Formats: sequence, structure tokens, C-alpha cells
Amino acid sequence: MEQFKGKVWVLGDDIDTDIIIPTEYLALPSVEDMKQYGFSPLRPELAGQIGEGDMIVAGKNFGCGSSREQAPEIIKALNIKCVIAKSFARIFFRNSINNGLLLIENDQIQDHVKEGDTIEVTLGEKITHEGKDYKIQSLPDNLMEIINAGGLVEAMKKRNGVK
Amino acid sequence: MIEKIVSRNIGADSVKPGEIVTVNVDRVMIHDIFIPFVAEKFEEMGFTKLWNPDKVVLIYDHMVPASTVDDIRHFKIGDAFAEKHGMKHVHRSDGICHQLMTECGYAKPGDIVFGTDSHTTTYGCVGCFSSGIGYTEMASILGTGELWIRVPETIKVVINGKLPENVTSKDVILRLIGDLGADGATYKALEFSGSTVDDMTIASRMTMSNMAIEAGAKAALFAPDEKTAEYSKVELSDVDWIYGDEDASYCRTITYQAEDLVPVTACPSQVDKIRDVKEVAGTKLDQVFIGSCTNGRLEDLRAAAEILNGKKVADYVKLIVTPASRKIYKEAADAGYLKTLAKAGAIITQPGCGLCCGRAGGILTDGERVLATNNRNFLGRMGTSKVEIYLASPKTAAASAIAGEITEA
Repeated sequence: MEQFKGKVWVLGDDIDTDIIIPTEYLALPSVEDMKQYGFSPLRPELAGQIGEGDMIVAGKNFGCGSSREQAPEIIKALNIKCVIAKSFARIFFRNSINNGLLLIENDQIQDHVKEGDTIEVTLGEKITHEGKDYKIQSLPDNLMEIINAGGLVEAMKKRNGVK
Repeated sequence: MIEKIVSRNIGADSVKPGEIVTVNVDRVMIHDIFIPFVAEKFEEMGFTKLWNPDKVVLIYDHMVPASTVDDIRHFKIGDAFAEKHGMKHVHRSDGICHQLMTECGYAKPGDIVFGTDSHTTTYGCVGCFSSGIGYTEMASILGTGELWIRVPETIKVVINGKLPENVTSKDVILRLIGDLGADGATYKALEFSGSTVDDMTIASRMTMSNMAIEAGAKAALFAPDEKTAEYSKVELSDVDWIYGDEDASYCRTITYQAEDLVPVTACPSQVDKIRDVKEVAGTKLDQVFIGSCTNGRLEDLRAAAEILNGKKVADYVKLIVTPASRKIYKEAADAGYLKTLAKAGAIITQPGCGLCCGRAGGILTDGERVLATNNRNFLGRMGTSKVEIYLASPKTAAASAIAGEITEA
């Protein structure tokens, strides 16, 4: 089972899509141009601090709000390995899978980690933090295939042998 | 009920809310606005043929008849895609997609159907699990016939008793949206039951399942009964497996007594900003709209014709009536409703989405006010962002058109 370790950034409940990427930046030409404004209404400095392989740990209803597909795209572009939250909003959940962003649901760990802590994720099994394990469910294989391919369009291309 | 439909579809004994499963899609609907994007994504993904051309329905409704030259591009791309892939179910001017899907028998009890439109929840009126998706996901269904879904929890809505004469199923669903809030049913399914629902026609149920998305619902289901079986041309004994178990669990139950309900309206510019019609009575109107996939059916036109019979629309008000389909248009003509409405001063338009989606047929400007029977009163939906849109039933609409101001029927 795939394992990875990383530093966590801790956020609260109801992190909406306008926090993840405010509407005013959606007209920028690309996600690369937009990513510096990720989470700016809440923590303007955050986007610049996130490093490759870091993880976000958040509360309930992460990604609520609009259907903008740029929300998961921004998080991916910031090199976030995965988002762990107590729950996710429906459209954000679909958009994340279809854009290749890994999401993990766990309703306890957010209450115990501190920002900057390191956690280890064993996909489909557990998250380990300071020696304590938190059980997590695995996403079905077909969803993992979409995520691993980098999103729905890429997964379908792969399926159909398109280069 | 939704768990029954999903578990039968995937051949499992049972499924639970929160579980992620891949379903076999029974039918899909694509409308004129999104067909160019679907076609483009389909090719980009490397598909060369549809998983089953018979299961794909293409409906031109938002842009019919064309109002701009660019609209025609959508028809040309759609026609070329349909021909290339051997699609037979193409409707070029028959009416609004959500009306046609059940009217033509494309969506039946127990089916799982997806469409490129948020109001795809409509087909729950016959016990079909139907929901809206984006064009990228539609392109992947066209190639694979499958879609992953998360099994939703269900909110049970029970309505018992007899509705007052001037209260319709539109008032019931508006009240529910007001009580739930615009996100109160997000990701969840609604399931309607009770004696009031049993007494409703399929058309009245359709109004409610159509608007369920305005509370964020993923689906809105009515258990099929004899009326459904007749309408959908199925045997009830073939579809009664859908019924929820006696001990089915619901995340919430909401109960209404029909006799307590009154005519209501959604005030500008939120669908959940519900007031009793009495509270806003006297508000002057520039236009009244009776139509759309929410309330453009024969019983809606009949209700309006009965109220407008022998009366006149206020001289400063434009009353626009849009039947939901060609079939309904013809039936309303045969029954004399269109004549009655025309004599009262109504402008009767071709079936289609037209005014509801703000593309044609009566758009408004700053400071104007419209009372409409459709499903959304968002800012800018029927013209500029300073148009005030009130949503209400066809009865309230007809009475208000005569009065020239908002009034109860």
C-alpha cells in the first residue's frame, strides 16, 4: 500500500471555494497565475509557504460553495499531496477526483494535529501521527485510477490509448 | 428508495449512504448549450464511438428558435455528432428537455439518468434517480456508459391532507426550499410521500422534483403508483421493487399539513427567500411569465385559462405563456386554453427554455419587475441584474396578471 509522509497545514470548518480561490482571480489566464492567491482571503501568506508534498488537514464541509473546478486545481498546483478533512462538499469532491486531487476523510485527526507536525499516510489504511493511528477508508480502485492518471480526461485518454 | 435503485443497478444486495459505487447509466440527456463542449471532450478523451447510441438523447431547447447566429453553430455541431455516432433520439424543436425526457418515455421508474443540466432532478417525479453533471463527466459516460456516484442520504418529506384551492404543488416546493434553505439538501436525496402527494398528478409532482435542486438536492423521488405506471407505460408490478423498506432510515423527516399551506412566492433574488403572497400583495408588475420545465404543463395552462377566462391582462403588463412541449401546446390548443389566454391578452410563444434562461422572448431591463412560474430568480437571469424576479404558481401568476400587481388567486 502506498505510503507517504509530509508536513501539515491545519485549517478549520467550511473552507469554501471563495477562500480557496476568490472569484476575482478566476479570470487570470492560467492556474499557475492564480495559485499564488490560493487561500488568500483567510491566510494571504499560506500559498507561498506550502512546500511540495505538504498536506492540508481541515474540518467539516471542505470545498463548499461554487462549482469552480479551479479550486482543486489550485490545491494541486500548490503541490499539496492530499487534503484530509472531516467531510467534503459534494461538487468539490467530484471536481477533486476528476482533476486528480487525492482526498481523505477522517473525522478525528484535525482535533489532534498542530500546524507543522509531520504525519504519515498509508493509503486505504491509516494516518499515523505521534505514534497514534487514525483509520481511513480507501477510495474504490476506479476512483484511484482517475486520481493517479491525473484526472478524468487523462484517465480516459489512457484507457483509449491516446498519447 | 434511492438505495434500492442504486443497489439493483449495480447488482448488490444493498448500498449505504456515503458509499462510492459505479453505476450503469440507463439514459443520458445533452442539451444544445453543452453539446459542443461534450463533443470536444469526447474526442479529446480518444473515444471513437458511443457506448450505446440508443441511450443518448440530444435536445435543442435553450436556443430554439435561434436568436443569434452563434446559436446555429450549436445545432450544426449537434447534428454532425448525432449523425456520426448514429443517434436517433434528437429533438430539434419539440420542447424543453426535462419535459420531453419523461413525456417521450426516455426516463422511467427505477432508471438512473444523468443530464447536462441542474434541473435533471425532474425525472424523480416518476421514481427515476436522475441528476445533473458537467460536460466532462458526460463525455466520459458517452464512452463508457458508467459514472461513479456517492450514495446520498435521504430527507423524507411527508405532506398530508387536501391543499386549499389556490395552493399548488409549486407553493409546496417553494415552502420546503424556504424551510430547508438553498443548501439544506446538498448532496442528499429528497423523498416525497403522504396523502397530498398521492393525490397529485404526475405534472404536479414534476414541478416539485424539478425544483429540488434549488435546495441543493442530488435527486428528488416520488414512489411510482398507478398514475406513474400509466404515464410511463410500465406495469406497476414491474417497478414496485423501488419502494423504500418499512424500516428505511432517513437523515431527517419534515412534515407538512396541506390545509396549513398558503400561496407563497420566492422574492428577489434568492430561491429560498420565501414570503406569503399576502405579505407582498400590491407589488406592481411589468411582466408575468407562465411556462418553463417547472410550470408549463397542460394543468398549469388550464389553471391560468380558468382564472383568465373572460378577463383581461392589465394593460401595462405583458403576460408571456410558454407551453413546455409541442405536445402540450397542441393539447392546450385542442382544449381551447390557448384561445382563452390569447383573448385575455397573453403572448403565447413556442415551447422552449427562452425567457426562463434569459436568452429570448421577453427579457427585461433595470427597474422592471416580473412574476414568473419558473425555477430561478437569480440576479440577471431574465435580463439585467436590476430586474426583480418573483417566483410563484401559475394560479398566482394568472391572478397577478389581471391585477397588474402581486395578488393571491
